[in-house]
Amino acid sequence: MQLITHSANDGPEIVVLQDPSAFTATFGWFVKTGARDERPEVAGVSHFLEHMVFKGTERRTAEDVNRELDHLGAQSNAFTSEDSTVFYASVLPECQHQAVDLLTDLMQPLLREEDFEMERQVILEEIAMYDDQPPYGAFERAAELFYGEHPLATRVLGTTETVADMLAPQMQEYHRQRYTKDNMFLVASGNVDVPRLHDYVAEQTASWPVAAQSRPAPSPKFSQGYELIERDLVHQHYTVQLWPGMGCNDPDRYALRMLCSILADDSGSRLFWELIDTGKAETATLWPQLFDDCGCLLGYLCCAPEDADENADIWRSVLTQTLREGVSEKELSLARNKISSSLILSDERPGNRLFALGQTWMNRRNYEPLDVVLGKYQDVTTDDVLRAAERTLNVDPVTVKVVGAQD
Amino acid sequence: MNQQLLHQQYDNGLVLLGEHMPWLKSAAFSFLLPAGTCYEPSGLDGLAGMTSEMAQRGCGELDSRAFWERLDQLGVERSSAITTSHSSFSCAMPSEVLSDVLELYGNLVQRPHLPEAQLNDARLLGMQDLRALDDEPSHRCFSELKRFRYPLPFGRISQGTREGLESIQHADVQEFFQRHYQPQGSILAVAGRFDWDEVCAQVQACLGSWRGRDVAALPQLRPHYGSRHVDHASSQTHLALAYDCAPYESPDYYEARALVGVLSDGMSSRLFSEVREKRGLVYSVFATCFSLAGQGSVLCYAGTTTNRAEETLQVLLETIHSLRDGITDDELGRLKNRIKSSLVFEQESSAARSSQIASDWFFLGRVPNRQEVCDRVDSLTCDSLLGHFLSHLPKNFSLVTVGSQPLEVSGAIDNTFGQ
Repeated sequence: MQLITHSANDGPEIVVLQDPSAFTATFGWFVKTGARDERPEVAGVSHFLEHMVFKGTERRTAEDVNRELDHLGAQSNAFTSEDSTVFYASVLPECQHQAVDLLTDLMQPLLREEDFEMERQVILEEIAMYDDQPPYGAFERAAELFYGEHPLATRVLGTTETVADMLAPQMQEYHRQRYTKDNMFLVASGNVDVPRLHDYVAEQTASWPVAAQSRPAPSPKFSQGYELIERDLVHQHYTVQLWPGMGCNDPDRYALRMLCSILADDSGSRLFWELIDTGKAETATLWPQLFDDCGCLLGYLCCAPEDADENADIWRSVLTQTLREGVSEKELSLARNKISSSLILSDERPGNRLFALGQTWMNRRNYEPLDVVLGKYQDVTTDDVLRAAERTLNVDPVTVKVVGAQD
Repeated sequence: MNQQLLHQQYDNGLVLLGEHMPWLKSAAFSFLLPAGTCYEPSGLDGLAGMTSEMAQRGCGELDSRAFWERLDQLGVERSSAITTSHSSFSCAMPSEVLSDVLELYGNLVQRPHLPEAQLNDARLLGMQDLRALDDEPSHRCFSELKRFRYPLPFGRISQGTREGLESIQHADVQEFFQRHYQPQGSILAVAGRFDWDEVCAQVQACLGSWRGRDVAALPQLRPHYGSRHVDHASSQTHLALAYDCAPYESPDYYEARALVGVLSDGMSSRLFSEVREKRGLVYSVFATCFSLAGQGSVLCYAGTTTNRAEETLQVLLETIHSLRDGITDDELGRLKNRIKSSLVFEQESSAARSSQIASDWFFLGRVPNRQEVCDRVDSLTCDSLLGHFLSHLPKNFSLVTVGSQPLEVSGAIDNTFGQ
């Protein structure tokens, strides 16, 4: 496998992880824009725009877009997060040209008023769908309490109100400011014809806007707090917690992931043995969310309402004990094996490699081959894990609970 | 690429299947045991799931914790599942540890400790899954559809029932294990990088002396039709609709599957286009084929805010009905491309391939290779699809809605097709 990067004639960067022996090729446009780049009155515009991108361009109608993707036999999708929007398609190598032509064309959508109104209904249905899945809203509310005035408090889907009130010109302006050559890059992975890719993308993107509006990055001031959300007919008891975490380039990020594995993997972890194996809880997990400038550690506990207090005590005591005593060499070794094996298995598919590469490139314009990443996990010590715990779990978290109104 | 199915039948009835994928570093297996929910004794709904959970709490010389630690040490990604027909265990791993993992699971299916002291923990876990279902109306509507459409013993869901879980005693778990964890009817499918001779010898060594009875006989499945509403204070009304189609083992399955593909495969499919793209009625709408005990069904789902549920059902039915006007060359061409591409994508995952091999063997008693599937897909024509649709018009509908209001039109669905 070979990494090939390309950036010329002020075009967008192209990053390829070439594997000529692969059966397929995956292509993805990574746009450095997400909920944190939105003004409050247009909360949800990044995600709404992700949908609208499939609604047609100067060269294609929405029907053309859908038909072409299916004609290519593509496995394709898109997603939006707090800090990025990604569009990707996996195809057979002989379909490279059509796939790249389509994906690249999509990045300059028409954003027609009529399509905008129709897609607004779909987004409102999407919000209604998640609203039926507790603890929807709890993570979002916890982030609002935690980040306060910081843009990372913005909800990725927006709210029913912001989506209902949004205007097409607001989205068009947002698109002009964020979908610019300097703010997005194309990643390819698998059996890729690199010279053709370079030539084609340079030509297709020549007329794209150049300079993005810069991302505001005020210093985060993390808050603490507690909130109880009562919902009709919720059967389980849900607790979401947020602690201060790390930025995506923090050297302790490997230790933090190992800490989460040791404490909260869905099998064989400390919380698994205390809460899941015993049938006390349905889910008990912890995971890091890493951004440019900061991050958080998220905790999630779901159980029967009558067990909630006892489980909260167990949860707290597991975390406290970890802060006091750290983790053992044996736990570290098991976590290392688990993470390493999972990375190796995931790396078999070019599609998975694309996401790993795209995320790393977004974070630090850099690529770490699998053996380097495995080496980083190999080097983590029990002291590193304890330090990661002290940097995150050592303060009171923001806590949001969702309970049934009947409880 | 040369593709060969490797097959070994052991004296005790166990079937071992293999397919080399030498371009991968991993190996994976799917192990199906004829211990699904349809074999649960009456009143003990949830016993298959509890037995599977108990079987994973230590076996051979390893207690529960040592068993999980051993798998973590080997770097195994594993899962277990319960379906109507099977209890299954699936593992993906670096190929060099396959032999160790087969030995561990050989112990699991023959010598689990089924620790009585942990019975209540396993029961509580089952209760958690049931309550989780209550908080997931989109999943719940399919569970309710299964219960409604398929009479006992086929309509049981993997989570069981509260009453069933509460009734299960340790002796029930032991008995279910002894009766249904058996080589006869079990399928072990391996895919990825491995040495076939070594795998055969390993399976002979760890599963060759496994003994059990014949697979328990089942009554004939006669689906139940009509409609049912489940009250749920949700923002959306969740609709699950089923109607008859050719089952997986039918010679006409590809026609039936292709018609569902025209409805639901991809963003240009008719349901996505008519229900979501043109009318904005839903975020999620789909149809899929489902086979059980020789009966095929098309299962459709749509979730929409309650005041638009009537319209959504109407458009869903009209779209299914539109197949009567024919299928275009473009639609069929796109569908063929999608199916053929998916066969290539499958070659990138040992886990996906092992699962497909086991499933094919269960339904067909053989495993079609890629060329055979491609040839069969190529043989489909617009005329053959239309002909199939007209001679198998959708009928025997079952509809379940989960939401805050029942639908008024739901009683009349069978009239849509003039039956």
